[in-house]
Amino acid sequence: MTIASLKQKDTYIKLGEELKYSLYCIFHPADGFWCISREKKASVASANVLLALYAIIEVLRLTLTNFQFVFVNMEYFNALFAIGSIILPIVLWSVANWAFTTLMNGKGRLSDVYIATIYAFTPVIICNAAGIIISQFITYEEGVLYRTMLTVAMIWSVMLVLVAMMQIHDYTLLKAVASSILAILGIGFMLFIFMLFFSLISDSVMYFISLYNEIVFRLY
Amino acid sequence: MKLKPFIVLLLIFAFLTALPAAAIGTDTGVGPTNYTYNYSFWGEEIAMPDAYYVAATITGHDFGIENFSNPQGLFIRDNRIYICDTDNNRIVLLEYEENTDSYNLIRVVEYTMINGQQSFFSRPHDLFENRNGEIYIADTENNRVLRLDNDFNYINSILKPYDRSYDPNMDFLPTKLVVDFSDRIFIQARHINMGLMEYNIDGTFYGFMGASPVQVSIIDYFWKMIATDEQRRQMELFVPTEYNNVALDHEGFVYATLSTFSGNPFDADPVRRLNAVGTDILVRNGMFGYSSPAGDWYWSNLGGVDGPSRFVDVVVFENDGYICLDRNRGRLFAYDFQGNLLYVFGGRGNIAGRFLDPVAIDRMGTSLFVLDARTAAITRFNHTEYGYFIDRAMNYYYSGRYDESAEMWDEVLKLNGSYDLAFIGKGRAALRNEQFLDAMRFYEAKYDQESYGKAFQLYRKEWIEANISTIIAILVSLWIVTKGLKIFFKFRKKRKGGAS
Repeated sequence: MTIASLKQKDTYIKLGEELKYSLYCIFHPADGFWCISREKKASVASANVLLALYAIIEVLRLTLTNFQFVFVNMEYFNALFAIGSIILPIVLWSVANWAFTTLMNGKGRLSDVYIATIYAFTPVIICNAAGIIISQFITYEEGVLYRTMLTVAMIWSVMLVLVAMMQIHDYTLLKAVASSILAILGIGFMLFIFMLFFSLISDSVMYFISLYNEIVFRLY
Repeated sequence: MKLKPFIVLLLIFAFLTALPAAAIGTDTGVGPTNYTYNYSFWGEEIAMPDAYYVAATITGHDFGIENFSNPQGLFIRDNRIYICDTDNNRIVLLEYEENTDSYNLIRVVEYTMINGQQSFFSRPHDLFENRNGEIYIADTENNRVLRLDNDFNYINSILKPYDRSYDPNMDFLPTKLVVDFSDRIFIQARHINMGLMEYNIDGTFYGFMGASPVQVSIIDYFWKMIATDEQRRQMELFVPTEYNNVALDHEGFVYATLSTFSGNPFDADPVRRLNAVGTDILVRNGMFGYSSPAGDWYWSNLGGVDGPSRFVDVVVFENDGYICLDRNRGRLFAYDFQGNLLYVFGGRGNIAGRFLDPVAIDRMGTSLFVLDARTAAITRFNHTEYGYFIDRAMNYYYSGRYDESAEMWDEVLKLNGSYDLAFIGKGRAALRNEQFLDAMRFYEAKYDQESYGKAFQLYRKEWIEANISTIIAILVSLWIVTKGLKIFFKFRKKRKGGAS
């Protein structure tokens, strides 16, 4: 998709079709996720839109849900953290999963993993959005309804992710589960490396800063 | 001299700065308690106005007698203040005179006459006067509890029980005691971990009462299972925790505190209300976070003080609220009858309103008297206006008069606009008066989700009942419109189809 294509009406019609396809995916996962990679029924663009939607709805969930069902101290609320808490795990998961499945004869590409993962989270997006509205009309005692809905959506999505991994990598269920566990370990490893990297970088930056200060003190 | 004006100026300046210092220097012991706080819904420590101020400090010197030495026991009935001056082996009786706001020494008792002989006290630790005026003294080192009449004349004594449940080789060292309304005496003796010892006042031993249930973890049980007999003998025994103090409330129930728990104090129930068979019936309905009354939520490590709050005494008010005394940090924790933390004050230190080794607390009306063993002084706290309004609001709430309670909460809010319980109390009154929307607003302000739910349920019901005709009208018209549109599109399609 180029900048020029943004001006064409067809781009948006296609995007709409692709987003609509997520609804097909969650009810027909085996078929749906197979076609994502093989028949180009969804694109990175539509996945990005869906991810942005997920992040926005997460922020709305934390701010607009009736206070009976959500524990957020607004004094310390930061929308960027909320957005990060959605985007970062999905990106990390995609990279880690792709890295492991490439070694494990997986057929999917990085973009396939990314698109499929986000599409698998469609139930959570829908139920979170519905939850914001429902929470305005129910009482604390009826909160079971709200919590059950979100839990079911989460379980549904996790199962969809597994099916998606099976389909796009052409795996058996066992192999999909194994690769997913490895991917989660991989996320931990990546975070560890990141932290090591940043702490070393900051140490070395501090070294040069102090070196500079030292020289400046000597010269003046 | 050029310097002279400068020196004069300096002198004036010194005098001016010394003036307030001198005013404070003539310390009458009257002053703020320095820091009062509570915890918010989010577990943050929130400072608030003082609920109690230091009204007086009382020492032995004030009455021309030898100063108290390591006093351990304090008991107040009406306006009589009994002090167990432990290391001086005597009981000191003071009387408070309200009109002149003064304390008078009534008598100093060092012995009682038994069969015509002087029998001296030996390190008495506690004293109790029951409603009939009989005085009970835990005469610790003499291994006895003395039952005396109002004039300290001997009636009988309560001694070590000859019972199968009591090890005959163990000394009987009574330290704390209360006598309930049905003439049963509950004694906490040193090294006894089976609960409180229950006697009749004539000295008959009934048994033990109120032992904490033994907590055995699965891991301990597993090790016990595979250990040899010898190893088992060396293992720590599963002993229930040992109470350290008892108090009686206005209904005749026994309150007991304990401080020998290990681990999380919020699971240990360090303050308990025991019924006649020794079951803990303290209400623990606190709203926020840790609902169990167990002192501080965060344990700062300052000045060599570490670990959780260690309650050593408790005093119960007419409205079933109670104040626990924390020996670890010298703080006083006030709870209401539901177990909500009202305020915390006091602390460690050498100034009025702080303690070095607080051991006992009792009350006269709503005034608190705290006995410090190290400084050998009693500190009297009186309610400030703020504390008085909170107390009144709780009184009204306790007796179910929610409207009056709400009025008092209004007064509290004038002094402290962020007092959680005030908002919730106002919400309760609004809910009772069927002002559901107001109630919801008050509850939402202080995050009381459950009560908000109740108010909202009623509001929702009311709203639907009021607007049921509108709702039905909207639904019906929506239905008609959709139907109509469907027919319209069908018609248009048909016509279009027909045209093309």
